Amino acid sequence: MTATAGAALPGHAHADDRSFVRKYVFSTDHKIIGIQFLFLSLFFLLVGGLLAMGIRWQLGFPGQPMPLGGWLPQGVAPGGVVAPKTYIGLVTMHGTFMIFFAVMPLLVGVFANYLIPLKIGAPDMAFPRLNMWSFWLMIPSGLLMTASLFVLGGSAVAGWTVYAPLSNVPDYTGVHLGQQLWCVSIVIFGASSLLGSVNYITTVINLRAPGMTWFRLPLSVWALFITAVLAVLAVPVLAGAVIMLLFDQTIGTHFYLPAGGGQPLMWQHLFWFFGHPEVYILILPAMGIASDVIANGARKPIFGYASMVWAMVAIAFLGFVVWGHHMFQSGMNPTLASAFMVSTIVIAVPSAIKVFNWLGTLWRGSIHFTTPMLNALAFVSMFIIGGLSGIFMASTPVDMYIHGTYFIVAHIHYVLFGGSLFAIYAGIYFWFPKMFGKQLDERLGKVHFALTFVFYNLTFFPMHILGVGGEMRRIYDPTVYEYLRPMQPINVFITVSAFLLFTSQLVMAWNIVRTLARGKQADLNPWRDCGLEWTVASPPPHGNFATTPTVYHGPYEYSVPGAAEDFIPVNQPPAQVAETRR
Amino acid sequence: MTAHAAAAPREVAPQGSVGVHTQKLGMWVFLVSEVMFFTALIGSYIILRWGTNAEWPEPRTVLAIPVTALNTFILICSSVSMVKAYAAATRDDQAGLRKWLLLTVLGGATFVTVQAFEYHHLIEKGFLPSSGLFGAAFYTMTGFHGFHVTCGVLSMIWVTIRAFRGKYAGGKFQGIETIGLYWHFVDLVWIILFTIVYLI
Repeated sequence: MTATAGAALPGHAHADDRSFVRKYVFSTDHKIIGIQFLFLSLFFLLVGGLLAMGIRWQLGFPGQPMPLGGWLPQGVAPGGVVAPKTYIGLVTMHGTFMIFFAVMPLLVGVFANYLIPLKIGAPDMAFPRLNMWSFWLMIPSGLLMTASLFVLGGSAVAGWTVYAPLSNVPDYTGVHLGQQLWCVSIVIFGASSLLGSVNYITTVINLRAPGMTWFRLPLSVWALFITAVLAVLAVPVLAGAVIMLLFDQTIGTHFYLPAGGGQPLMWQHLFWFFGHPEVYILILPAMGIASDVIANGARKPIFGYASMVWAMVAIAFLGFVVWGHHMFQSGMNPTLASAFMVSTIVIAVPSAIKVFNWLGTLWRGSIHFTTPMLNALAFVSMFIIGGLSGIFMASTPVDMYIHGTYFIVAHIHYVLFGGSLFAIYAGIYFWFPKMFGKQLDERLGKVHFALTFVFYNLTFFPMHILGVGGEMRRIYDPTVYEYLRPMQPINVFITVSAFLLFTSQLVMAWNIVRTLARGKQADLNPWRDCGLEWTVASPPPHGNFATTPTVYHGPYEYSVPGAAEDFIPVNQPPAQVAETRR
Repeated sequence: MTAHAAAAPREVAPQGSVGVHTQKLGMWVFLVSEVMFFTALIGSYIILRWGTNAEWPEPRTVLAIPVTALNTFILICSSVSMVKAYAAATRDDQAGLRKWLLLTVLGGATFVTVQAFEYHHLIEKGFLPSSGLFGAAFYTMTGFHGFHVTCGVLSMIWVTIRAFRGKYAGGKFQGIETIGLYWHFVDLVWIILFTIVYLI
């Protein structure tokens, strides 16, 4: 398993003598792997979205038969009404699919794979064969997780955080196999994530083209590199914790069971030691993508490049010492809670540096409101709201009140949907021409953006109000509580908005399908970008570059005074730049 | 501007941007993740044993420490033979490389075999993963270590076969160093596990 790694670096003398299977199925080409991840994770984004619709139906119209609910088995939805256990299963699996199988592979699997070698001037990843495994491990992982929806007893129901002992005693939930499948799937997912991360780190350190110094790396590459470091340090801890949970469920150990002397709280510590860096795994690549797109859209160099890099390093480091803020209500020592509160609030500093740098980049820029740019701007503005609501949760006195309410549901969706997903959309619109050689329709793109932005805010903003009003997270039927009944119209409003939000995503799906079928050929460099990836054909050939490129400039040389064009490709020799200046 | 790339991929330079062989660098990054994995297990062990009031048997009343001490010695010897194998590879001494690799495989395989007998014996005595926290922690930690040694032995067998086919001749011995890193890491983990699980 180890010595084979380096053997997977043959010099492919002839590019296209590979069979169809080697080229498109079991491919070792980072570009194909990135595209495979794209379609896989978009599929799981759809699955996660459908589960969310089930959640919203029940919350908006509790006890009423769901449309098409009659098709579901009676045990799951008697008379078309979502059963309580089904409901909590929906909540669990929505979180699981979205975090592990949609957003994380969209950010890391797609963009790290596709962009890193192209942006640093490498022919492929350091270990192409391990990279292939990283994708093909996601298939059994995803299949097992999907299968858990259909097994006897239903899927996991302990929430995506699978807190012990709820998750390891089947008697508490009536779920046996579903919870075990969850564990096995996550362990395989961890192996996949690990292989990918080892590859990204090694590739960025060792495969940079001549002249591509550390501080000439585009911020997207920096972000993906730091993310990979986070994953290498955090994901193995999750794997260890989940394996112990699986042993509790299957071979009779008592790691998290008080009955046998075990510690339920240990699960929370281990899970959040992974879980909080995971939050940054889900947002740092988004920040990197947004930085690239915003500099391009504003036609200005990114403001404060070095501070952007160090801010990400600081966020990554602090991300490892804040996990306790998820556990203020767990009975931890209040002194320790105060320490976690302070370290958490400190993260606001590097986050604010990044936000002000984006604003500084936009300041007096010549802003082009393209679809990627609109999505990147939405990312920045939604990230501000999500970041600010995070401060409420970080402060222990406030958290005591809003912990486990819809306020946290609003917060996580503002950073994970409003933050990460808008940046993912920005990235997809931006690099689609590179990936497929065809440009997504701008008009449809803008319609998709406008609908998503409006319905997204209509869906998630009112959740803050519900949370402060005391509506509990993961609640099955809010109307059984007297004090929540007056707020039920808000729940109906959210549900209708959520349906419209889901429907709006079909515009993008249609745009992708239509463009792939008969889209117009993209220009070589449609966004007039400085990046190395735009100096080769779209899509780039196997091996990317005919000859090793040499890099002469920083990543964001836009609107350089005197230059012939308003951007200088990073590999343009200085002599040529001087020539055009004369 | 720039000429369009024709479809002619080039070979990845093994000595990359920072002057370290790519394969070696990848192995180091992988080992970092392994450290975190064992940290999760060892950290949990420390919490369960010393962070709570759980009853904990004296390890020597359950485990046969002399046998495992001998086994530990065998594993450390296999690390020594690994070093000798690498030294032989750097001298392009193919006979020496094959001899030391075989001894390394033998050492690792002996370790796993002795561990299998130890498990068998303990299970017959009624000491199971479900036998309290000590049983759970013992089987999880030593089991995952044994799994790592087994993976190492299988890879090492493959490397040995390649050595017999002369694949590491003529200065192409990076694979030996790479698997050596993994081998020493697994050895080091065992020294820690032996100390905290068996001795303390």
